[in-house]
Amino acid sequence: MSEESKYLLEVNDLNTSFFTDAGEVKAVNGISFKLEPGKTLGIVGESGSGKSVSAYSIMQILAETGRVTGGEVKFRGENILNYSEKQMQKFRGEKISIIFQDPMTSLNPVFTVGYQLEEAVLLHTNKTKEEAKKRAIEMLTLVGVNEPESRVKQYPHELSGGMRQRVMIAMALCCEPDVLIADEPTTALDVTIQAQILELMQDLQKKLGMAIIMVTHDLGVIASMCDEIMVMYGGRVCERGTADDIFYRPAHEYTKGLLRSIPRHDNMNEKLVPIGGTPINLLNMPEGCAFCPRCDAAMKICLTEKPDEIQIGDGHTAACWMNIKEAFEAQEV
Amino acid sequence: MLKYIGKRVLLAIVSILIVSAITFFAMNAIPGGPFNKEKATDPAVQAELESRYNLDKPVTTQYVLYMGNLIHGDWGVSLKSGREIWPDITSKFAVSAKLGISAMIFATIIGIVLGSIAALTRNKWPDRLIVFFTTLGTAMPSFVLATLLLLLFCLELKWIPVYNSSNPNYILPIISLSVYPMAYITRLTKTSMLDALNQDYVRTAKAKGVSRVKLIFVHALRNALIPVITYLGPQIAYILTGSMVVENIFTIGGLGSAFVTSITNRDYTTIMAVTIFLAILMVVANLLTDIAYKFTDPRIDFNN
Amino acid sequence: MSNENLELKKRQILSSQVDLSKFNSKNFEKATDEEKAQQEVMGESTTFFKDGMRRLKKNPLAMGSIVVLALIIAIIIIAPIFVPYSYSDMITVNGVRDKSASNLGMFEYSNAEMKYMESTGESLFPHIFGTDSLGRDYFIRVIYGTRVSLSVGIVAAIMVLIIGLIYGSVSGYFGGKVDMIMMRIVDIIYSLPDMLIIILLSVVLKEVLASKIKGTALAALGPNMISMFFVFGLLYWVTMARLIRGQILTIKNSEYVLAARCIGTKDGRILRRHILPNCLSVIIITTALQVPSAIFTESYLSFLGLGVSAPLTSLGSLANDARGAMQSYPSRLVIPAVIICLIVLALNLLGDGLRDAFDSKLN
Repeated sequence: MSEESKYLLEVNDLNTSFFTDAGEVKAVNGISFKLEPGKTLGIVGESGSGKSVSAYSIMQILAETGRVTGGEVKFRGENILNYSEKQMQKFRGEKISIIFQDPMTSLNPVFTVGYQLEEAVLLHTNKTKEEAKKRAIEMLTLVGVNEPESRVKQYPHELSGGMRQRVMIAMALCCEPDVLIADEPTTALDVTIQAQILELMQDLQKKLGMAIIMVTHDLGVIASMCDEIMVMYGGRVCERGTADDIFYRPAHEYTKGLLRSIPRHDNMNEKLVPIGGTPINLLNMPEGCAFCPRCDAAMKICLTEKPDEIQIGDGHTAACWMNIKEAFEAQEV
Repeated sequence: MLKYIGKRVLLAIVSILIVSAITFFAMNAIPGGPFNKEKATDPAVQAELESRYNLDKPVTTQYVLYMGNLIHGDWGVSLKSGREIWPDITSKFAVSAKLGISAMIFATIIGIVLGSIAALTRNKWPDRLIVFFTTLGTAMPSFVLATLLLLLFCLELKWIPVYNSSNPNYILPIISLSVYPMAYITRLTKTSMLDALNQDYVRTAKAKGVSRVKLIFVHALRNALIPVITYLGPQIAYILTGSMVVENIFTIGGLGSAFVTSITNRDYTTIMAVTIFLAILMVVANLLTDIAYKFTDPRIDFNN
Repeated sequence: MSNENLELKKRQILSSQVDLSKFNSKNFEKATDEEKAQQEVMGESTTFFKDGMRRLKKNPLAMGSIVVLALIIAIIIIAPIFVPYSYSDMITVNGVRDKSASNLGMFEYSNAEMKYMESTGESLFPHIFGTDSLGRDYFIRVIYGTRVSLSVGIVAAIMVLIIGLIYGSVSGYFGGKVDMIMMRIVDIIYSLPDMLIIILLSVVLKEVLASKIKGTALAALGPNMISMFFVFGLLYWVTMARLIRGQILTIKNSEYVLAARCIGTKDGRILRRHILPNCLSVIIITTALQVPSAIFTESYLSFLGLGVSAPLTSLGSLANDARGAMQSYPSRLVIPAVIICLIVLALNLLGDGLRDAFDSKLN
């Protein structure tokens, strides 16, 4: 490999749009991040913030109307956006795998669990059908599905939601990918099952050593397991940093608002404050900061100019004019 | 599963009984029997004829007698020709079945292929072309198509000989009969294929690294075929009724034209026999598709 | 690191990255709510109906179909006022039956008509589609045939709608045992081979009705047409009933109906104000698609000689009549055939357009 870097995956200035009848919907507007092997990156944001679309852009599994319009996605130094469809087919599932939000609809209802697992194995290895079946059972055991020998003969609708998500994880990991993208893996599950699935993922990460990109709107999920967190709004990155940075030293008004709106053990006596307004319309993006119409602290400059990401600590960056204002005022004094 | 099939068979038998009862009582409600010709027949002869065919007994008794005979395989004799009906039905059904089954196979295969092509090339020219012709196809009654084809290819251009029983040429009848179901199956396949391709499980398969061809023909098509299969059963009814018209136009001596002739002739026993025969056929076809449907879609619970 | 130190470090990092001199204090004044609101460009809010109409207007096929249907309806209403011929009787010249007027081509005049025109100098209304073998003006026959075919379609659809709506809503709303029994009946009717029954009943009813309606106003319609309405109404409502029941079951279990019930709304009002408006789009679309299917069936029956009785005619029976001489006079076959296709095509496209525009489940 030409330029071996310490990063497994590098995303630079990624732009993705959907071309609909109503116009171009800019779902992702220039996001960048780097991922080291074995680490976990969390992407948080509300619906429509572009977090899932970013994940799909990396895998190139966007819906028909969607297209990556700019930027690069480097895997081990190679820009996979330049891959042919054939190369991409080889790449998906073998190097990067993804699990989806809704295990109810993500498995094909007319094929057995075993068939769908074996298919994934057969696609990327030279294993025989027999060996693939063994691998499928092995994977099911690994993700904690009981009686895996009989499960492989069952159809998805015969399993519970938690079981199906385990099957999805088994399917994603059966070729031991370097990166696992988890697109809201616990949103559709019961709270007790959520914890089990998260624990399973952390456990498997320890055993298999893959990196994880955890896409979620649930700050609680992120806090416990991510090395780095990226907060997205309106298809842009607002703030990134460690869990400590985000939770205890938020530097973007959106992150601050987000934290005020969820219950925490250290501010139990404070009132929860929701973020007012409605999520932005991606068809007509504001000229300035995307969050500005809903921001209580919005300033004149926020209306007209988009803030750049500014580093404000070790590995902690934020794209908010408030930080510049503070620096400006400090300089005046 | 046996319980389910048993229930369906029971429903099928009830439908057949109802059809036969409707037919039987409807036939008897028509004023004027088969022997009421313009010329008055000798009353003695008429009474003799009526008692021979049980026409002098109450209608309900006639019905019970008729159904009793039917169970023993006696389909009765034609009131017009005096011949046994059953051999007539089988020989005519052979012709109709040949026509109907060929048309159905033709329509299904071409329909699924065209539908898949349309779904894959959505909003490009092959799709637009297919949509144009299928829209036209569903707006054209088979008798219009059949007469126009006959006029054009047999009578004007003389490319294809007119059908006759010694030298049967089934091309035009098959085309006339299959265009509507073909157009319908194409539309159905396209819609359900597009629907399937937008499903999460297709995205999952894509994310696994499944190739586009396999994605379409294994993961999506299998799901997309479910509505097509449910459509095929009732389609038998269309093929059989459509064949009444098409057989009529091409003067093919099948069961469809026999039905129409027997109605115009008020040949009670033949009407009864043909109706019940066709009803059994349709009900069985529906039953088979229902069972086939449950096998294609594992989500269907047999006990429910 | 203490908080103060942290702040200091943050400022150092910041000033190394940003050239603060390009800002002035005005930049950092608070933005007013109006200014913020201006930035927030929202999607227009529309009503369900407006939104659907907007989508329908954007669909050129559906709009074209509306134009075609409007034209056809306008012609069949207006044309008989201008065309001085009767659909049922031979053309008369100067009060005398014109025996030479049979089998005329398009825009041809018969010998008797030519003579009449020469002698009097007045021009007669042209036979746009020519005449048939009995010397009747074919254009006016096609007009009346279209009237019959269209009204069969519309009346059948309305009957199906009424029966299906009542049956389906009762079954769906009351549920339980009532629903079970009503749906079993539907299951049985559904499994009947409908075309056979239609043919059979239309033949039988024709015979039965012929004697019953003699001398009444209904006689003008003819027993065939009445029996056809009867049969369509009797058999085709089941699909509609199933559909409406399904819709009502879904809506009945929705939270807003529960909410209405909680504040003590009565059954009838819930049905009228909450349930029916919510399944309206499905009902309208299904009814719209029922019209072409009834026209289709009617044309089949007429083509088999089981349709409307002479001298009344429909597009199907016109096509059937023309078969005998189709090689010599193909236009008589082609004209009604094309009109059937045109009407069915337009109605199908309109129905599809309505579905695309109004069915919320599809959007």
